Formats: sequence, structure tokens, C-alpha cells
Amino acid sequence: MSRPIIEVSHLKQYFPVKAGLFRTIPLKAVDDVSFSIEPGETLGLVGESGCGKTTVGRSLLQLYKPTGGDVYYEGVRIDAKNIRTYRKNMQIVFQDPYSSLNPRMTVSDIIGEPLDVHGLCATKKDRRDRILELMELVGLNSEHANRYAHEFSGGQRQRIGIARALAVDPRFIVCDEPVSALDVSIQAQIINTFEDLQQKLGIAYLFIAHDLLVVRHMSNRIAVMYLGRIVETAPADEICDHPLHPYTVSLMSAVPVPDPNTERTRHRIVLKGDVPSPLHMPSGCAFRTRCRFATDKCAAECPQLTDRGEGHQVACWNT
Amino acid sequence: MGELLLQVKNLHTSFFTDAGEVRAVNGISFNLERGKVLGIVGESGSGKSVTAYSVLRILSEPGEITDGQILFKGEDIVKLGSKQMRTVRGGKISIIFQDPMTSLNPTFTIGNQLEEAIRLHTNRTKKEARDRAVEMLTLVGVNEPEKRIAQYPHELSGGMRQRVMIAMALACEPDILIADEPTTALDVTIQAQILELMQDLQKKLGMAIILITHDLGVIAGMCDEIIVMYAGSVCERGTADEIFYNPCHEYTKGLIRSIPSVVGKKDRLVPIAGSPIDLLNLPKGCAFASRCDKAMKICLDEKPEEIWINSLHIASCWMNVKEVYDEAAKEGGPKDE
Repeated sequence: MSRPIIEVSHLKQYFPVKAGLFRTIPLKAVDDVSFSIEPGETLGLVGESGCGKTTVGRSLLQLYKPTGGDVYYEGVRIDAKNIRTYRKNMQIVFQDPYSSLNPRMTVSDIIGEPLDVHGLCATKKDRRDRILELMELVGLNSEHANRYAHEFSGGQRQRIGIARALAVDPRFIVCDEPVSALDVSIQAQIINTFEDLQQKLGIAYLFIAHDLLVVRHMSNRIAVMYLGRIVETAPADEICDHPLHPYTVSLMSAVPVPDPNTERTRHRIVLKGDVPSPLHMPSGCAFRTRCRFATDKCAAECPQLTDRGEGHQVACWNT
Repeated sequence: MGELLLQVKNLHTSFFTDAGEVRAVNGISFNLERGKVLGIVGESGSGKSVTAYSVLRILSEPGEITDGQILFKGEDIVKLGSKQMRTVRGGKISIIFQDPMTSLNPTFTIGNQLEEAIRLHTNRTKKEARDRAVEMLTLVGVNEPEKRIAQYPHELSGGMRQRVMIAMALACEPDILIADEPTTALDVTIQAQILELMQDLQKKLGMAIILITHDLGVIAGMCDEIIVMYAGSVCERGTADEIFYNPCHEYTKGLIRSIPSVVGKKDRLVPIAGSPIDLLNLPKGCAFASRCDKAMKICLDEKPEEIWINSLHIASCWMNVKEVYDEAAKEGGPKDE
């Protein structure tokens, strides 16, 4: 196996939350998360809102200063000092194409900015050519380079965001819910664009989303998060067809499938209650308050990810 | 056949903006019987929410119903005065909105808001209204309803708030419940809870539901009949089986192809090319023609009429007419020789 392009080990990200006049308590957004991504691979990261999947993406890129743990890019440890040089290799595409583009900048300025920041283009002509090349690459009409973001539809704006990320020729991109804000027909266009780019340029993705059908389609492997921890990780088809962790099982059974016969005959495992507050995390396994199989051991000790063969890892005492 | 509750006939709704007339709904017709679930599916801007708002007459300025009839138990509610309309709205037909975070008033307690709805539409006393509120909260599965009733919306989670919205909508035993993207703002596992709840309540109370969503997955298991909308027009209307297994409009086919397969085959997705059209400048032909790869000359010139595919299925697409002609030509062919 080749050397992983991204390695995350025991990543922790706590945010201080005021709990009184002088007291703060940590909100454990990400707690002890480890994974690695091979060159050209897509790792899907799924979970419900508030489970910390977006925070993982941002801490990884040092957009937050991680509380603990290490991130390695091709074996080199990334920290606040050297991240600026490595941003050329690691980029991000945001969820909301409406708020992640500056409304006062033209498309060519938006795509050109990373080129300027990293000093990648020697002459004005180089810069211009590169911008037009990038626009063509993501399927935008290069004649529209001087337009403003608001003149484009949601799908096209997301393409601008992708072109901006690609400008510096990265080898790894964090895709943070890149298709969630788009209509179904447009979603498919953007998914195809991501896949084409991966094939052409060999980019690795961390694909963060809550839509399991989309994640399964995009990913080689999938990691499922619950309250700041990864509870299960496995190859995409394996985890969707044979989930082991009780949370993953109910998650998979809850996904609405566009097929009336499957929907009529399916057995949904509906979870009781809501996700607990990350400020008052249950002891032991965080999922035990909603789990059907919870025992005393689950309350006492937090289960670690253990190997179940063929790259399938689960953090649960009872499977 | 159940009792016919709602008949919408050739409804047109427009928004008169500074830029011109935005024709959000262009001639939609459907019937709704008691105890049935009607799904309206479409992308943003397809007119599905505006259709619902027209039925309840809660269109915001400058929206207006320009043509058509909405018959509720035989009475045209387009012609009702605002006072009469208020007894229908909330009492006979009620609605749950997409975003439970913003559709509850943050300055009043849950109990206050529930009681208000109950006392407006029934002549219960304050005490009776409170009992009814607790009863409704229990019905929708809110735990500790006596305690919740004194709480403010911000103290509840998203799923709980949506349950409160449902309790409020059903408190006056409406004949029709309109659910406008009821689970879009919620997580998958909470979505499953809410969908399950809606199905249960429908069985218990027997009201009709109009379920509006963009998620074909949500609509597949819930609905008896489905309407597919594009740019304010009905593309296709039929039973769930017909729409999913025998789609006859190119737009519906495209939508179904755009969704990643469940079986996990890594086939390339087939997206619909282009982007949604501008409602200010609707073409004179089929609204979908500019994005349709099977578009013919007639599609650009003439609006397709509704064609009965079979007794359970109507589609508005010229391709279906062409197929009939092709078939006839094939059968008629040998005779000519």
C-alpha cells in the first residue's frame, strides 16, 4: 500500500463554553478521531447535525487550532507554523455556495485570489489563462469570467467554489456538504464533476455529507460519526449492506429510498429520543442513551474502534 | 371511493413583482379524498409550496390567485371573504411548515401557542383548551407534556418543535393537513420518527395529507398519489407505483436517474443538463423543453396537453403522443404496402 496522503491521529477539538461568570466547560466537538486517506481515495464522513463532521474537516486544515492530536500530510506533521505552505496541497469546498463567495468580487477575482496568495502566476497573461482553464475544467463558460457570483445559479456557484479550490493544484480537498444546498438534478451534475476531477487529477477527497445515498455513491470508504467520535468505519458497500454498530444500523434503516416497494416493506428502526447535548455527554459510550442493547458496561467504559476484518472497524461492546 | 374533500381546478397563481409577472403556478388541477396522501414533488421554484399557500390563501404580497377554482367540500374558497376563510384555515385545513425553528413564536410558551389555536376554532374554555393541548402533545409523542407546555420553543430540539407544530396543526381536527417539507430541516433518524408519526396519526384520525417535498425517497413510501411539478406546471400525476416504475415525462425520468442508486452500483449519474428556467420568461411551449434531450419541434411551440397513460396515470409530455403515433404507424405500416 502506498503512503497515505492524509493521516489524522487522535484529533481532539474542544470549544470553551461559558457556564457561569468565571467558569467555562469544554464542548467536545471532536474527541479522539483517527483515520487516514490514500492518494486518489474518497473517504465519506457521515453523521447527524452536531456530530462534529464539519469540525473534523476544519480542524484538519488548521482552520481551528486543534486541542490535541496530530495531522500528517504525506508524513509531515502539520501545525499552525507550516500550514500556510501546505494549504497549496489541501483545500476545502464549502456547503453553501450562496455565502461562501464574496458578492463584491468577480468570478475571475475569486478564482484568481489563491493564485495571487501563493504567487503561482508570474505574468498577468498566465493568471488570466489559468483562470479560464480552471473555469473550463469545472464546466463553467469562460466568457462569464467578469460576472459577479449573484449572476449565477446555485449549481454554477458551487462550480466557482470548486474552481477556487482547484486553483492551487491541491492533492486533497475537504468537501463539506458540497451538494446539500442544491436541487436533485443539479446535485447529480456536481457529483459527476467531482468524480471527473478525481479521475483526471488524482485528488483525494474527505467527503462530508448527511445524505447517505450520495456518500455511498461517492466514497471508497465511509466513517460514521456520533457525538464527536467515529463509531464505525468500513468500505462503502460493506458498511451500507452490513452495518454493525447499532447507530449505523438505525441510520441505514432510516434513509428514505426512492422506491415505493422497498419503502412499503422496509422495517425502520426508529431511534428513541434526541441526540444528547455535547455539553453533557453521557458517560461511557455516547450512544447508550438511545441504544436498544445498552448494558452496564456501556455506561462505565467508552468502547474503542476494534478491527472486525476486511477494513471494518466498530466501536461497540455488544457487536 | 372516499369523500372528495378538495378539488383544485386549473389554478393559476402569480407574483406581480417590479420585474414583471412571475407565474409561479400555471394551471394545476388535482382531487384529494379523505384518508389519502397526496405528494407534490419538484425542485425549488417549481411552485409546490405556492400551490399549498394558494389553497390556504396565505400568499404573501404581491402574490395573487389569478385564475381557477379551489373547491373545499364543494365550496369555492377562492371567493370566500377573509373572515370566513379564517374558519377554514387552521380549523378545516391546516399546515406544518418546513422550518420548526422559525415557525413557532419565540416569546410565547408552547402551551400558549397551542391553546390560542384551539380557542380560536372551538368554543372550549381556557381550562379545556389546556387539557386538549396536553392531550395533543401526548398524541404526537412529546414526553412530559405537562412540563413542556410551560416551556418556550428554544428549550426544545428541532424534532420536538416539529412535533409541537404537528400537534398545533391537528388540534382542531382538520380535514386536510398540508405538510410543506416537514422533515427537510431534520436529521435522518429524526425524519424517520416524524414520518412514522404522521403515518400513525393519519391512520388514527383519518385526515387527508398533502405532502410537499423535494425528496423522492420521502414521497415513495408515504403517498397514494404523486404530482410531479416543474416550473409551475404539472408534468405528471399518478399512483406512487406508476410514477416510480413507469415514469412517462422526461423530467420525472431525469429526476429518478439523478439519484444515486441504492444498490450501490457505482454507475455514473445521469444528471439533467442546464439549470431551472426563469419564471419571468416562460416559453410558449413545454417549460422543460430547453433542458430535455428528447425535445422535438412541437415541444418548443406548443404546451403539451394532459394525456391519460392509463386509468391511474396522467402525463403532459409530447413524447407520449409521439409514441402513440409511432405505434399506430407501425401497425398501419404493412397495410400500406
